Amino acid sequence: MPIRTVFKAQIDHLQILDENGVLDEKLAKDTLTDEQVVFLYEQMNICRHLDEVAFKLQRSGRMGTYPQNKGQEAAALGSGFAARKGKDWLVPCYRENAALFLHGLPMEKILLHWMGDERGNQIPEGVNVTPISIPIGTQMLHATGMAWAFKLRKEDRAVITYFGDGATSEGDFHEAMNFATTLNVPVVFFCQNNQWAISVPREIQMNSETVAQKAIAYGAHAIQVDGNDLFAVYKASKDALSRARSGGGVTLIEAVTYRLGDHTTADDARRYRDEAEVASWRAKDPIIRTRKYLEGKGLWNDTRQQEIEDRAKVIVAEVVRNAEGIESPSIDDIFDYTFETIDPELETQKRTLRTSSLGQKPEQAGLEAERR
Amino acid sequence: MTTTLTDPTTSYLLPEGTREIPFREALREAMTLEMRKDPRIFLMGEEVAQYQGAYKVSQGMLDEFGPKRIIDSPISENGFAGLAVGAAMYGLRPIIEFMSWSFSLVAADQILNNVPKMLYMSGGQWGCPVVFRGNNGAGGQLGSTHSWTVEALYSNVPGLKIAISSCPADAKGLLTSAIRDEDPVFHLESERMLGDKGPVPEGDYAVPFGVAALRRGSWSGERNSDCTLVSFGRPVNFCLDAAEELAKDGIECDVLDMRTVRPLDIGSIVESVRRTNRIVVVDQCWPFASVASEVIAQVCERAFDHLDHQPLRVNTDDVPTPYAKNLEAEYLPHKGKIIAAVRKSLGML
Repeated sequence: MPIRTVFKAQIDHLQILDENGVLDEKLAKDTLTDEQVVFLYEQMNICRHLDEVAFKLQRSGRMGTYPQNKGQEAAALGSGFAARKGKDWLVPCYRENAALFLHGLPMEKILLHWMGDERGNQIPEGVNVTPISIPIGTQMLHATGMAWAFKLRKEDRAVITYFGDGATSEGDFHEAMNFATTLNVPVVFFCQNNQWAISVPREIQMNSETVAQKAIAYGAHAIQVDGNDLFAVYKASKDALSRARSGGGVTLIEAVTYRLGDHTTADDARRYRDEAEVASWRAKDPIIRTRKYLEGKGLWNDTRQQEIEDRAKVIVAEVVRNAEGIESPSIDDIFDYTFETIDPELETQKRTLRTSSLGQKPEQAGLEAERR
Repeated sequence: MTTTLTDPTTSYLLPEGTREIPFREALREAMTLEMRKDPRIFLMGEEVAQYQGAYKVSQGMLDEFGPKRIIDSPISENGFAGLAVGAAMYGLRPIIEFMSWSFSLVAADQILNNVPKMLYMSGGQWGCPVVFRGNNGAGGQLGSTHSWTVEALYSNVPGLKIAISSCPADAKGLLTSAIRDEDPVFHLESERMLGDKGPVPEGDYAVPFGVAALRRGSWSGERNSDCTLVSFGRPVNFCLDAAEELAKDGIECDVLDMRTVRPLDIGSIVESVRRTNRIVVVDQCWPFASVASEVIAQVCERAFDHLDHQPLRVNTDDVPTPYAKNLEAEYLPHKGKIIAAVRKSLGML
């Protein structure tokens, strides 16, 4: 019996705006208007400034841990902008702040979260964003379950879920892809391949040439895009979301980008990354190329740059004031938020602030309940 | 804390329309009745639809509810556990069947690290009302990896409720409460009991969580029992058998069926211990850091002065579950061990 090929696959890479700010006009057709690019570029600047300020807050002991988003703003904004605000849902991990803000998440929520305040994860009504997910990869399954709910309820929505290249090594990624495709639910998997899973580079993390090709095994659509190219990210995300909503299948988008900062404030990337590599990616910074593009079209200049940087400072200063100004959480919260309805034993612990070994009355233990 | 004491004389007074059905039908009835009323509920798991359930618990449900509500999943426990979280966050009420709780271990990140923490970590906003249910405990020569008894392991985690039925009526009543609960519930069943018949009320029947049932003995009897036997799930039946035999020698036991490990009705246990002054806790988990250990610790905290003998536990042996029939039978907290423990607590051994 002759050997025959039963399956062949290829992965396309999409770039519309190159690192010199040159746009492929043909591919860019029906993507972003000048006005939209200016708006998104301003958002990039504001988020970059928030990132720098958050880093300093952590270093000065005013925040627990913080993962900088620096360098990945185009991936977050292009994809977030493609999702319909108030209709589609975003299920994030923790390096797509700019997308969440686009969908109405107040910026102080992110700071509150990283300051260790669970109220940072209380999402305002009407903002279609789930809380930041810290365990690697678990949120992809939540996104799939949410998409299943849309399908069951016949709602015209899709969900886009975010994760990094390292997360595609987790079983959750593979199980979510398998569920999403077998159930054919409206979900888009958006991988920010920033090349590094903490200190482990992509080529040690996986033997596959691309992240995108992992989708092929599950019968999902797959595309690799230049993740620092606002246009390419937007176009791929928009296509994937509308395909998802129309029942046309699941898509995995691999946005090739780079984490310009550390993994979080808890590590120092200089200890494991080559400075030459970082410098080469600094040249591909989405802010630089988007600015070049806008300047080339006469839509941007130094004066406007100064204006947005000044505006970013004002906005972020207020966000920090709001986040730091909030009253400390009440100790009651830890008991109140464990169950929807508190059980009698926990009620007693809440009242006495102790488990039964210390007695059920504060005075028995010689301690006064410090409630705040 | 107020304690509701349920007496055998009242807890066995089941409503009119009570008839004898097997445990598996009681479970099915709880799910079916709730699903008819609440379109948010769906059942997902391995083999639950086309094959009608690996243990036939969901038999006929695909026909009634269709493939959008009775869903066969890939062999992917972490996958469907996580999917349930997302569906619950968006307002659905998933019931997830683990063919065996032994397989829930691969879903630990979802069921222990996401499900019980979602509400807390979102500042009270995103609850996770999912019911996870399936077979738990040694199932009759299933070997060590398929014989997990998870209540000790999982009850350590705050934010979860854990219900374990000892009889068909509770299977229906506790599962009904689990489905209606706003918080995540683990409902542990036993493969060995699925065919056991017992009286089960027809129609709407819910058993509240955190209220133990006194299966033998009395809160109002003239004579207090000699020893308190505390258990949950299948071993409650071992306790009843042991108590029956001990009664022949004039030794009377209170048999308390906890029904839920979380929340734990410690009030009823303490009340019984005040009357008997002796306690033996029977638990099908391994002894170290078991539910029995927790019950005894709490009894010591709350009723130490009432004890006339050190509290005793009867657990499984502290080894992996044996495969051989005779070894598995001996490994379990069986009647013989319970009788010996009660006699010991009475100074008769």
